[in-house]
Amino acid sequence: MPDTSTVAEATQTPVYADDVSELDPSQRGNDPLLHVEHLVKEFPVSSSIFRRGKKRSVHAVNDVSFDIYPEETFGLVGESGCGKSTTGRCLMRLINPTSGTVVFNGEDVSNMKGKQLKGLRHDMQYVFQDPYASLNPRMTIGELISEPMYIHNEGGTNEERIDTVRQLLKVVGLNPEHINRYPHEFSGGQRQRIGIARAFALHPKLIICDEPVSALDVSIQAQVLNLLDELQQEFGTAYLFIAHDLSVVQHISDRVAVMYLGSICEMSDWRSLYAEPCHPYSQALLSAVPVADPDLQRSRERIILAGDPPSPIDPPSGCLFHTRCPIAQEICSKEKPELREIEPGHFCACHFAKPFPIEGSSIKL
Amino acid sequence: MPIGDKKREERLEEEVFNKLVDGSDAALHAHNEAHQAASQVEPGGYYRYVDSEPEHHNDFLTTYDDVVAEVDSDAPTRTLWSDAWGRLKKNRLAIIGACWIIFMVIIALTADLWAQQLLGSPTAIDTGTAAATQLQPPSLEHPFGTDSVGRDVLVRVIYGARVSLSVGVIATAISTVIGLVMGAIAAFYGGIWDTLIMRLADIFLAFPYTLFVIAMLAVIGNGIQNVFIAIGVLGWPSIARVFRSAILSVKENDYVDAARAMGASDGRIITRHIFPNSVASIVVYATMNIGGAILTESALSFLGMGVVPPNPSWGIMIQDGQQYLATEPWLMLMPGIAILTTVLAFTLVGDGLRDALDVKMKDA
Repeated sequence: MPDTSTVAEATQTPVYADDVSELDPSQRGNDPLLHVEHLVKEFPVSSSIFRRGKKRSVHAVNDVSFDIYPEETFGLVGESGCGKSTTGRCLMRLINPTSGTVVFNGEDVSNMKGKQLKGLRHDMQYVFQDPYASLNPRMTIGELISEPMYIHNEGGTNEERIDTVRQLLKVVGLNPEHINRYPHEFSGGQRQRIGIARAFALHPKLIICDEPVSALDVSIQAQVLNLLDELQQEFGTAYLFIAHDLSVVQHISDRVAVMYLGSICEMSDWRSLYAEPCHPYSQALLSAVPVADPDLQRSRERIILAGDPPSPIDPPSGCLFHTRCPIAQEICSKEKPELREIEPGHFCACHFAKPFPIEGSSIKL
Repeated sequence: MPIGDKKREERLEEEVFNKLVDGSDAALHAHNEAHQAASQVEPGGYYRYVDSEPEHHNDFLTTYDDVVAEVDSDAPTRTLWSDAWGRLKKNRLAIIGACWIIFMVIIALTADLWAQQLLGSPTAIDTGTAAATQLQPPSLEHPFGTDSVGRDVLVRVIYGARVSLSVGVIATAISTVIGLVMGAIAAFYGGIWDTLIMRLADIFLAFPYTLFVIAMLAVIGNGIQNVFIAIGVLGWPSIARVFRSAILSVKENDYVDAARAMGASDGRIITRHIFPNSVASIVVYATMNIGGAILTESALSFLGMGVVPPNPSWGIMIQDGQQYLATEPWLMLMPGIAILTTVLAFTLVGDGLRDALDVKMKDA
């Protein structure tokens, strides 16, 4: 575990805050709200009786570092199983990280206990992916949304709490009269609004949105994203927005990080990442986004990756992506590329990183 | 709005309609005026296709929504338990079972008020008249006949119901409490606790149940209290197993993680989130278990281990009656039917509860 002096140092020297031109001026030079450094999470794989010996483990999160600044939205994209959700859960200590530092609001999260941990879970909230599973079916909407207030003994008397719940329901676009209804009486989109209202009940500084819209259909997705956007304007909350859908992330994020096999391979403000992705994996991902023009869609050149992602139980040597990379060279299988700054505020972990505009992209920049 | 609640739906519709009619005069007036104004500015504008609704139409929309909300808001909401009750009501067999149980309970509870006056004492043997009244077939005076010492069989069945029902309920209560605690510890703390408790349960289940109860009674002695204790204490492993698996499946739900992410304590997570969602399976299991406990008590009494004569119990009565099976079958038949119907009733109710409490059946 790192001692407190390095923690303090780390929080005092934000690496690139001054260079990020895209950031809102008020955010420039701010200390990061959340500082993650070399976060690692390995899950042990139980060995069978017949194959004793070396302990194997799944490298779910592999040396991830990033910062989140107050009031910004940080998008985390990647395909299924790349460790996005595990990262989010580690930050809240729903899972204990194997190693690494997580500093939230100037305090080290990794070995918090009891009261401190409760405090952390006051200022950081979580919105879950599945709105059908994340609401207790035996509690009314009022009970669900006021629960954080009960747990942290906040919000005054019961009547005041109920008033707060009514206001929150109104804010997220639900009828305050439905306060005594049960979750099964609502649709998926409405339930996700309930989950969001609950996350905002304590006015947290950071909300981890773990694929909050992937379980909803597209028209509802837009509504929920806009709601999140409005709430951010109103309450000044920062989001860590986890998603696998590039267009969703683009819609909401200030900065975006792309994850592959437990590591961040590219991180930048969204404009420069979507306009000129530098990592071959991001390039492939962005070229997979369909183009609205059918002629262009048919004729344009797409980067199609061969094979499946390697098993996180024994990840490849060197660059994690070299087994599927179209521009891999010998060095890639030997040396692991570090996340380095290619342009101000644009980080990429590739030996041959170069800007690569996507032809005919339908994403409006 | 509750689905299938036809009367309420109709009332609601009517109310909304009335309120709309009352409140819509003003809106209609404004609507007409607005269209007139539009047509004045642009002739024929009234019939022109427009991309979106004219703005003043929103008045209608909000009015309608508001009225629906207003009318609907005073409606009692459906809890999962009221949903379950609605489904249970439709299950005819379960309702028959429940009625039978309630009937038996009322009979057993009020027996002191009327049974002895009408039918005589269930225990006392009148040696003077015994020879004259013994082994009578069913008649108006003795609807279930009389036994070998002249006691009325019906009154003994009624007092036997007290024993059977109280054994069923109390023994099940004891095993449910033990089972719930054990199952909760095993599932929630896992690891060594899980292994210890579940292996202990395996050991208990490895012995034939009735034999185990008899062995325990041999140690602690006969008598009704000891029957409660023996059946109750030895019945916990199956309840613990059911509860443990229910908790394990509930524990994996996102809402438990959500509660943890909000900073809820272990106690709050267990009592507010895990317990209410896993208790349904226990309700079902315990209901069925009552029938099982009644059977076990009858078997014990039959074997002479349970209730001490001359106190009546269905098992003892069958035991007493078996030697008269060929000539006076009602001695065995009547208590036998009582056991059969009561156990069946509890099983039917348990079955109905299982269907009613299953959330997946919600829309069926």
